[in-house]
Amino acid sequence: MLGGTIKISKNKNFDSTTAKLSTKDLKANFGKVQVLKGINLSFPENQVTAIMGPSGCGKTTLIRCLNRIHELTPNAKVEGEVTLDGVNIYSPQVDPVAIRRRIGMVFQKANPFPTMSIFENTIAGLKLAGVRNKETLDQVAERSLRMAFLWDEVKDDLKKSGVDLSGGQQQRLCIARALAVEPEVILMDEPCSALDPIATAKIEESIVALKKEFTIIIVTHNMQQAARVSDFTAFMYLGQLIEFGTTSEVFEKPKSELTEKYITGKFG
Amino acid sequence: MATKYNLPASISLQRKIVNKLMTVLVIIAVALAIIPLILILGDVFMRGAPALSIGFLARAQNPLHVSSGGIANAIVGTFTMVGIAALISVPIGIGAGIFFSEWSNSKLSTFSGFMNDVLTGFPSIVLGLFVYVIIVLPSKQFSAFAGGIALSFVMLPIIARTTGESLKLVPMTLREASLALGIPRWKTVLRIVISTGKNGLLTGILLAVARATGETAPILLTASTSIYFAKSIFQPTASMTVLIYNYATSPYPSQQTQAWGAALVLILIMLALNLLVKLTVGRKIKGARMYA
Repeated sequence: MLGGTIKISKNKNFDSTTAKLSTKDLKANFGKVQVLKGINLSFPENQVTAIMGPSGCGKTTLIRCLNRIHELTPNAKVEGEVTLDGVNIYSPQVDPVAIRRRIGMVFQKANPFPTMSIFENTIAGLKLAGVRNKETLDQVAERSLRMAFLWDEVKDDLKKSGVDLSGGQQQRLCIARALAVEPEVILMDEPCSALDPIATAKIEESIVALKKEFTIIIVTHNMQQAARVSDFTAFMYLGQLIEFGTTSEVFEKPKSELTEKYITGKFG
Repeated sequence: MATKYNLPASISLQRKIVNKLMTVLVIIAVALAIIPLILILGDVFMRGAPALSIGFLARAQNPLHVSSGGIANAIVGTFTMVGIAALISVPIGIGAGIFFSEWSNSKLSTFSGFMNDVLTGFPSIVLGLFVYVIIVLPSKQFSAFAGGIALSFVMLPIIARTTGESLKLVPMTLREASLALGIPRWKTVLRIVISTGKNGLLTGILLAVARATGETAPILLTASTSIYFAKSIFQPTASMTVLIYNYATSPYPSQQTQAWGAALVLILIMLALNLLVKLTVGRKIKGARMYA
């Protein structure tokens, strides 16, 4: 039911030079611990790419490097390049704040701002960037909440506190909040890991709908979820990229033995 | 045969007795803590109520006929000095608190945090002495201004520490959520972190104000005392605490009654401040419901 109508791209020769976002020899560490050991990965535009792998393989660190959040942790270092539309986002002339407007993030546990209402949470990114026009804010809020499939449930009570919602609704609120600033890429770090199957299904539905306008990169522990929502899949292990390809390829005809072992559950 | 999973009845009874005993001890502890407070409040109320009247609050001291005078100049003096102190210590204290919380990894933060805590416990008379030497002596003048400065030294470390601790309690994930929206760090701190931690901030400011309002020693050395309204902040001024000190040790019963009246007014002001903060800030930030 969920996976049935997803079109997985048959373009096996997708050219990594036209990728929306790509990494080149990306290394990252926390103090002395090297978490990413040189990742070369390209994310196709307007597609959903899943990053999967066992705990500790570096997938969360990888996406945190993509929007330059990793470097904010004390003792964290990043080396290598991450290219967005051909520009290295780690070059000194690039403003990290501007990058984070273009590459948004949804976190593992929903984190709506507790002092704000649903409406205020949704437009928080815009309001804090200086947008004041009430009509614009109303429109953006409605559009973002619709895209996150939350509008119908909250439209009558937008003044309710953001934390008064259920877990799944809070996560959709966080998605709406990320959408409101109109990024080009959305990073999702195991967005459904704390949610029940029904809430998960709603979010997966929205992910599939969102890829028309955004490039989505989703870290997931859940192989079935990767199979359901993603077009491309990357498999990581111990800080290295083991395999990358279309989801059907990686799941049905994995090239690496390690991938095959993971998919068939021999470890994980 | 008693298996290891069945407690014999005697142990179960023993545990119940110890439980009860501990509960009683804890209740006694609470009573011991609260009873003195209630007794003091009751005592002050009974001794001070006879002195209260509108005139008491609205008129300045009358040295010639004490009981027709009031404590208005002392009330104004206290408010003025605490006001000056707050104007100085609140912005600086909150700034320092932000530094303690957002740059908690730096050596400067650890060092200045330590110095801050030392300052919190400083004998306030020493703070008064310091201001006496650097402001009162050179200006050859006791003043409300000097009193305000001295009180700001009392308030500053309290505000800095409570602000720092309140902001540290704001989860890191909220900062990351804000940064991930492309909001710069300073805005994240000012708009998201502070507003989430504002209960703690306001409580800290209240604590500091309450502490400063009740200080006597630093005011003695800086603002001294006066029986008139101060015409400018660069003149000596009366204050409630010094007035209580002067009147309570005087031989005249009318002054002693007024001292109790002033003490009562002081306590009522504290209660009112507490209530004010509870009403405006006291709504708890609603906890997040975690799962559907």
